Amino acid sequence: MNLLTLLRRPDRDARAQNRYPAGRSADAAPDRAGTDPASPRGGQVEIRGVHKSFGDLEVLRGIDLSISPGSVTAILGPSGSGKSTLLRTINHLEPLTRGLISVDGEVIGYRRDGDLLHELHERQVLRQRAAIGMVFQSFNLFAHMTALANVAEAPRRALGVPRREAEARARELLDLVGLAEKAEVYPRQLSGGQQQRVAIARALALDPKVLLFDEPTSALDPELVEEVLAVIRSLARAGTTLVIVTHEVPFARDIADTVVFMDHGRIVEQGPPAEVLDHPRHERTRAFLHRVRTGLEASPSVPDAPTDLPHHLPEDH
Amino acid sequence: MTSSVVSAETTRRTPGAIAPAGHAPATGAQEMSCRPEQAPPEDLSHLRVVPARHPGRAVLAVVVGLVVAAVLYSFVTNPRWEWGVVAEWFFAESIIRGLLETLKLTLLAGAVGFGLGLLLALMRLSPSTLISGVSWTFSWIFRSTPLLVQLLLWYNLGYLYEQVRLGNPFTGQAVFEARTSDLMTPLLAAVLGLGLHQAAYAAEMIRGGILSVDQGQLEAASALGIPARDRSLRIVMPQAMRAILPPAFNEIIGLVKGTSIVYVLAHAELFFTIQLIYGRTQEVLPMLLVATLWYVVITSALSVAQYYIERHYSKGAVRTLPPTPLQSLRARLARLRPAPTGAAA
Ligand SMILES: Nc1ncnc2c1ncn2[C@@H]1O[C@H](COP(=O)(O)OP(=O)(O)O)[C@@H](O)[C@H]1O
Ligand SMILES: [Mg+2]
Repeated sequence: MNLLTLLRRPDRDARAQNRYPAGRSADAAPDRAGTDPASPRGGQVEIRGVHKSFGDLEVLRGIDLSISPGSVTAILGPSGSGKSTLLRTINHLEPLTRGLISVDGEVIGYRRDGDLLHELHERQVLRQRAAIGMVFQSFNLFAHMTALANVAEAPRRALGVPRREAEARARELLDLVGLAEKAEVYPRQLSGGQQQRVAIARALALDPKVLLFDEPTSALDPELVEEVLAVIRSLARAGTTLVIVTHEVPFARDIADTVVFMDHGRIVEQGPPAEVLDHPRHERTRAFLHRVRTGLEASPSVPDAPTDLPHHLPEDH
Repeated sequence: MTSSVVSAETTRRTPGAIAPAGHAPATGAQEMSCRPEQAPPEDLSHLRVVPARHPGRAVLAVVVGLVVAAVLYSFVTNPRWEWGVVAEWFFAESIIRGLLETLKLTLLAGAVGFGLGLLLALMRLSPSTLISGVSWTFSWIFRSTPLLVQLLLWYNLGYLYEQVRLGNPFTGQAVFEARTSDLMTPLLAAVLGLGLHQAAYAAEMIRGGILSVDQGQLEAASALGIPARDRSLRIVMPQAMRAILPPAFNEIIGLVKGTSIVYVLAHAELFFTIQLIYGRTQEVLPMLLVATLWYVVITSALSVAQYYIERHYSKGAVRTLPPTPLQSLRARLARLRPAPTGAAA
């Protein structure tokens, strides 16, 4: 019995009006243990030629990435290489400058009309976002709500689930992340690791097809990292597509199907962990992995942007 | 030469002097670990915690108490305050009527002020330059004009525009028509003047509160697909309230007393009533005291309300809420009582 399927989303079948690229998701389904082929819940994410600029600063310079349903993708790369920005374009928190992103064939944030992409109205974007969960580095739990209310809020407001139903489901999710007894506690009364677990439960409450993690453990004390990673591990084989920006190389090796290494707004290399992490082909990947191992690239809270990407604004942590 | 020798000696000596002290805890620990063989560990469960004493606070309390007593004494004993007159008028019917009028004005102007202020604050934060520009202009105009001028302008609107006429644009037929001076009662002029003026200030206050909420909260809410209305009303506003409430109560209390300016419109609120009375009886000081005492009563009630409302909105913002005055009083009383009285009570 999978807890994640308890909450049905009524409008899921209604999202097929706007497909791109046509009919890819079915045959691209990977042959994976633990993925139930009868109910493929993970989303297929297609990222095509994505560019993103902030003013003159080009942060993403042509990203192509195909993420298959139910897979786990780890994105690594130096601070300032555009990992967060890429993640945020997937749920349209950042609009694109050029290119296209689709989940299960549905273009995110835009309506395609021939060669034109018309930006969608907020209401439609919000509906799309409900299928794409996001976990932030700084948790961003609603500070004035209990853990339970945090988890129940989105189903109530975004999907109109009645309160009692949403709270019952929220309790199950808190139980899933091992925090059943903290339901009535406010975020500031929780440890960092506990807060991040609540945030994961909150993202799960909408039963997303895709879950995005932006350095979920970077703001945590070392001894709290593992409890969060354990929760993410438990999600890895549950069917949801996971995209995780992380600096935890052993974790990435352990959990990821695909490791993507980014630098300067481009994907330098991608492949199975055994290739990218153990036999990297590019010098930049090797240098980065070396820096991470020696602890120089552990915490991105001190951003060291590459010299050709000037910092116009502080990072959006 | 000599001095350098001395300093070399001191530096040599200093680490030596520190070293034994640094080792001391270690030796202590060793002793501790030896002790169990000689004697059983001391039972510490009977130890009692004594809260720290603050003699300075006690001294301060006495000083403050003396000053307050002196001031009160002069208030009570100085015959020029004419407490008899104060007591005679305090609950007089005309005063109470004026008081109710003041409360009504405060309520109406406050509702207009804060309702419109919220709208203006949200407009000001709109990405549309037109909308935020309209809000900015409103605040600019209503903050730059003296309140007294605004009140008089509203009241004399009939002089500027004699008629108010709402017509059907196609037939030209009047749906509604009235003389402005008939519509513009002192009450309406007062509510408009005070309310719009208040709105300009409230807007900035509310905007400040909204800006104080971490951007990540909005971002998380958007990422969760929560609609804009709920993001504002359920996520941002409740957290902004913490920053909005203290200045908001400042403004409300200011408004209570500020209503007294409406006497220029000859609207019979508390202050106008007071003036009427002392104009007749010449008992100026005691009548002013009556008004002041009533303003103190209202302000006190508002301050208590502020305390509890602020407490409500600080849920989650502080790790543990401090006890209310009532709760700490009860705790104090419980501490004074001898411990095992559970059955006796
Ligand atoms: N809203 C923004 N405005 C301007 N520059 C930004 C903005 N967000 C991110 N950047 C810049 O984009 C670059 C990539 O940022 P980011 O995607 O956060 O990198 P990463 O997550 O890999 O550390 C950085 O140089 C950062 O300063
Ligand atoms: Mg980042």
